[in-house]
Amino acid sequence: MQSFDLGKEGLRALNSALHALKGQTNMTDWEVINPKGAHAIAAGVDAPVNITVHGSTGYYCAGMNKHATIRIKGSAGPGVAENMMSGTVIIDGNASQYAGATGRGGLLVIKGNASSRCGVSMKGIDIVVHGSIGHMSAFMAQSGNLVVLGDAGDALGDSLYEARLFVRGSVKSLGADCIEKEMRPEHLALLADLLKRGEADGKAKPEEFKRYGSARKLYNFNIDNASSY
Amino acid sequence: MTDLPRTPPRFSATFTPAVNAEIRRAAASGIYDIRGGGTKRHLPHFDDLLFLGASISRYPLEGYREKCSTDVWLGTRFAKKPIHLDIPITIAGMSFGALSGPAKEALGRGASEAGTSTTTGDGGMTEEERGHSKTLVYQYLPSRYGMNPDDLRRADAIEVVVGQGAKPGGGGMLLGQKISDRVANMRNLPKGIDQRSACRHPDWTGPDDLEIKIMELREITDWEKPIYVKVGGARPYYDTALAVKAGADVVVLDGMQGGTAATQDVFIEHVGMPILACIPQAVKALQDLGMHRKVQLIVSGGIRSGADVAKAMALGADAVAIGTAALIALGDNDPRWEEEYQKLGTTADAYDDWHEGRDPAGITTQDPELSKRFDPVLGGRRLKNYLKVMTLEAQTIARACGKNHLHNLEPEDLCSLTIEAAAMAGVPLAGTNWIPGRNGGW
Repeated sequence: MQSFDLGKEGLRALNSALHALKGQTNMTDWEVINPKGAHAIAAGVDAPVNITVHGSTGYYCAGMNKHATIRIKGSAGPGVAENMMSGTVIIDGNASQYAGATGRGGLLVIKGNASSRCGVSMKGIDIVVHGSIGHMSAFMAQSGNLVVLGDAGDALGDSLYEARLFVRGSVKSLGADCIEKEMRPEHLALLADLLKRGEADGKAKPEEFKRYGSARKLYNFNIDNASSY
Repeated sequence: MTDLPRTPPRFSATFTPAVNAEIRRAAASGIYDIRGGGTKRHLPHFDDLLFLGASISRYPLEGYREKCSTDVWLGTRFAKKPIHLDIPITIAGMSFGALSGPAKEALGRGASEAGTSTTTGDGGMTEEERGHSKTLVYQYLPSRYGMNPDDLRRADAIEVVVGQGAKPGGGGMLLGQKISDRVANMRNLPKGIDQRSACRHPDWTGPDDLEIKIMELREITDWEKPIYVKVGGARPYYDTALAVKAGADVVVLDGMQGGTAATQDVFIEHVGMPILACIPQAVKALQDLGMHRKVQLIVSGGIRSGADVAKAMALGADAVAIGTAALIALGDNDPRWEEEYQKLGTTADAYDDWHEGRDPAGITTQDPELSKRFDPVLGGRRLKNYLKVMTLEAQTIARACGKNHLHNLEPEDLCSLTIEAAAMAGVPLAGTNWIPGRNGGW
């Protein structure tokens, strides 16, 4: 286990060491202590390593992550796992705004709640939130899956493209062009897998969720839909 | 009675035939006019400035004999690997999607041969462009189409795009006609739909967030890459100051003459400021912060000639960027395609329906047949020629002003032909020492 004291050694030294890990390495287990809300912790990692952050993080922890499994034993600031490409990010606490923004792959698990704009502009990432999510989540979400065991705030999935949204609790309101859709067997199977991978299979059953997606009415401009824009 | 002279038909200056035609078009179609390019209205511009040239108080340099350097460093503030260009004329961001692959290749070829950089656009980095661009600036846009850390690290610089001159405050639009399989795949969206690019970044708002975002990008790229911040010409003093505060290495300032692949005509024509009005404010912000020349300023929007380059630099810019002019150099709007422009209901030099993807010149299209018309090798050569000519023109003027580097041009080398331009550019009206809005003068 490589232990890194962020308070003593600093962010640049941490990320520099993590970026030096290319491809297969036997330095696979890392822990970061004293994160104290620092920004960009473990941003840009590109190696199949395990990184545990003991404490809460600031903005953009695990930004653009590739291959790494990063666990935050605390809460995460805005933009956690933004533009993640692959790998897994698990947050034991809550996540602030824009969690998983523009994520292109991998899995983001939030054990607590996520604030507004969770999954904004997501492009293939899977996000599992054990708690609830704030307003404007999955805005302009392009692809991937967002699973919410709790409730969703206002304007869920506004201007949604092809991302799939699964919410177990209430949805305060749906955004423009977002509608409830039929939950077919393939969706239940997908959801079961996501719950399992998201460490939530003991907490909820696929049948308890509703599925939301795009009505695809705003895909090409039509003046008669002007009030929706 | 019938022999009395009649009042001749008189057109309204308010409801001109063009205005009326637009009203009829809107009434018939139910959609606002969308087009490419920049503003077409008359604006105070570089044409309203003149160089004074050398006289008894300053002596000129000998053309072709005494050196007048043109190189520029960009990103010297924080980046470990700043960029060094042979000429201060860069190629502005234009997306693959808006432009064909061969057009992007030609931009890379021409720019590299001339010793300058190209810039990606909304839609990610293509192999055509990376492969043919010695120096490539990778745009970080609100849509984040195609964004990934590998391309960030393959880039020579990163440009965080906050806005652009054609539409400050507006997002992008690529209509379904241009969404080929390849474009759709790069943008992770279904083929044939209208692709909207958000007007705001998805994971930061405001200058304090921007500072953290820039820090993240520096961390991901190990502080190697220069980071530019591009803003549209709206509030250049404050935008420049805030970009500097947020940690930018370079500020890119785009006036309203700057082009776009597609947006509403009402946006292009009615939002933003001409570049002439923007440059002095940005330079003032840099000077007030003690950062002029330390954070470099690239300006764009209606740069057409070496005279424009020299004037922009005399006002305090470190470099310029060209977009529309580069496309024209490649062959866009060329009269050789007049017959086909006529079929599209337009004419050469006026064609601006770039969003429809039917460009006869094969440049602003994804149509494979039209794209084949464009030769990227020839296009690259034409662009190189044009860049070289602009550089020579700028050097000619600089030498006449007694300057041995384009960066030594200064506002004192200029005068203005109009009161408006004098006020905007902050240089005296010709024949006076009067700068409207400044104290004193006569």
